[in-house]
Amino acid sequence: MNVRSQIAMTFHLDKCIGCHTCSIACKNIWTDRKGTEYMWWNNVETKPGTGYPALWEDQEKFKGGWEKNKGKLRLKSTGKARIVANIFHNPSQPSMDDYYEPWTYDYQNLFNAPEGDDQPTAKPISMVTGEYIDIESGPNWDDDLSGTPAYAKNDPNLSTLTEQQRQQLSAIEQMVFFYFPRICNHCLNPACVASCPSGALYKRGEDGIVLVDQKRCRAWRSCIAACPYKKVFYNWSTGKSEKCILCYPRIETGQAPACFHSCVGRIRYLGVLLYDADRIEEIARLSDEGLIEGHRSMILDPNDDKVIAGARANGIQESVIKAAQESPVYQFVKVWKLALPPHIEFRTLPMLFYVPPMSPVMAAQKDGKLKSVTDEFFHDIEESRVPLEFLANLFGAGQTEPVLYALKKQKAVRWYRRAVTVGDITMETAKKMLAAADCSVEEAEAIYKLTSLCTVDDRFVIPPSHREEALEALQDPMVRKQEAGFGFVSGPHRGL
Amino acid sequence: MDSSGLLLDQILFGVFPYVALFTFFFVTIQRYRIHKFTFSSLSSQFLENKTHFWGMVPFHYGLIVVLTGHIMMFLLPKLVLNWNSVPVRLYILEAVMFAFAALSFIGIIALIRRRMNNTKVRMVTSPTDWLLLVFLLIQIVLGLYMALFHRWGSSWFSGAMTPYLWSIAKFSPDVNYVTALPLAVKLHIINAFILIGIFPFTRLVHVLVAPNPYLWRRHQVVRWYKNRSLIAKLRDRV
Repeated sequence: MNVRSQIAMTFHLDKCIGCHTCSIACKNIWTDRKGTEYMWWNNVETKPGTGYPALWEDQEKFKGGWEKNKGKLRLKSTGKARIVANIFHNPSQPSMDDYYEPWTYDYQNLFNAPEGDDQPTAKPISMVTGEYIDIESGPNWDDDLSGTPAYAKNDPNLSTLTEQQRQQLSAIEQMVFFYFPRICNHCLNPACVASCPSGALYKRGEDGIVLVDQKRCRAWRSCIAACPYKKVFYNWSTGKSEKCILCYPRIETGQAPACFHSCVGRIRYLGVLLYDADRIEEIARLSDEGLIEGHRSMILDPNDDKVIAGARANGIQESVIKAAQESPVYQFVKVWKLALPPHIEFRTLPMLFYVPPMSPVMAAQKDGKLKSVTDEFFHDIEESRVPLEFLANLFGAGQTEPVLYALKKQKAVRWYRRAVTVGDITMETAKKMLAAADCSVEEAEAIYKLTSLCTVDDRFVIPPSHREEALEALQDPMVRKQEAGFGFVSGPHRGL
Repeated sequence: MDSSGLLLDQILFGVFPYVALFTFFFVTIQRYRIHKFTFSSLSSQFLENKTHFWGMVPFHYGLIVVLTGHIMMFLLPKLVLNWNSVPVRLYILEAVMFAFAALSFIGIIALIRRRMNNTKVRMVTSPTDWLLLVFLLIQIVLGLYMALFHRWGSSWFSGAMTPYLWSIAKFSPDVNYVTALPLAVKLHIINAFILIGIFPFTRLVHVLVAPNPYLWRRHQVVRWYKNRSLIAKLRDRV
């Protein structure tokens, strides 16, 4: 057992209102520089929908992630031999057209336009070329458009759905969609890291944050194609790859990342997970059916004496172990089994987990009658307007059981709380539902508390980074003496 | 030859190579030390992905083979001469070299066209990039011209160029090896040293950071910001 610590995340999709505050917080801090305008390290997608970059989940097109080849794991887009042959032209590289051409507006025209018959307009200008452009797509082009078949029907997750299930989604006046905020998953088996010819991408040992060493990146751009979530971006101006850094300067000072902190719906949770690093490859090679359970099994119980001893032996501090014991993510992922990894069939073992959303249906119209509570407690989940199959393709590697489990439990908790506070349901019924959803009363209370009444400190249990033990702290403190002074720092500019 | 011609030859073939080589080594090392961030291939595939393949691939593969040929003739002239001792083998070698040089010519033309015609790519093209493309184009055209009109370079290289280059490497430049060579060859040599001289100021530096270690490194890379063994030792001491 090789115990490592990872800062992991849970997004509670049932609480996401799709306000994009997270995206804006991130953009304002990190990606408002030249060459990064088109990047959205954090973005919120409407599902069903094609997302950003369009159709990123379609790995026939983008060749992201891993595949099993004769029992062995290999990158879909590249590999040791293929990297040499394709270094001059990467055949699976997405281009700016797959994202969008960033633009601003010629606002001055509103003031300076000569007198005329028409209202002057602010014409869009490309932020790459500076020329006037026609806007043809954007980072959120199909936002809230899931009911319109023109966009939603292209969602790759719909591929295995029956015609009837598709009808369920887009029936007139029954448009249904949910929001899917995405950042880098800071995976345990990152395809971006594995594909980088320069070794510029790496996973930080102490907290598992995946970073790009800007001084070692040489723009071989393998990572862009290799990441199945398309969360590594190419800065076309500096000629370097960039990605979500999980706001590590904030984490190291005890603050939650900007997207977490700004979240209006308080859907985001952050905490430590301890995991067994020796099992990464073994788990990533499992069959699709075994992936979710396998992934969960490599996350270790932070209260287990053996695990604690292993953590100590690996130099993990007491404070980090304590943070792991209090981690909200551990509760959601391992204890309650409510949170599921997105597209784990890409085999990168993501460390961002999603609580699947409930469809907002308490009653459905059938034969002109309103059908509400029946003897069958969970009927509306299986008949849900967001078909279970769809959620299974997104969060269950095609398996409906783990998604159904998470949805049942969520519903049972809701009805239990309804029995407690509203009282229109008997406690007997509520407890029956809890039992059917594999949930005790204590657990239901804990889920309710962490979902609905959570404070900042409940949601973000950030371990101290112990930078006092970092390499630089062990250097001779006098080593930089007499070197500081006035001078110039060169910015991250292209070429010499 | 009059003395002014001799002086010019001395400057171009005896002095200039050292200026170029000094600049190459000095600036490259300084740039790597101080401006490591600027070492990048500065790929523009992201901005234009349709014609990229047709320029990039022939240009690079063509140039790699041709350059390898040059280096072989410099380092192992006897091997090349032995190979060339049978005419058929000489023709094969020359034909292959010419084909790859032609490939790099097609490639560079495609690259220049791409940079001129695509607005987005033009935005990330600096004056140095244009300068570099011009010098590279001149070099490739001169090379092709020599292959056609001053034939069997793979053989005469070892008689003229190899000893000349070695004399430079040994810090006792002997320009007599090259003074009598045809003009195209002389220009090819001068242009080569110009390219070496401007190398560290251009995007060419990406050649020096070709990612070989990838072939034998493990898939996953983990870096620690703590020296864990040292910390453990210090802890034990307390």
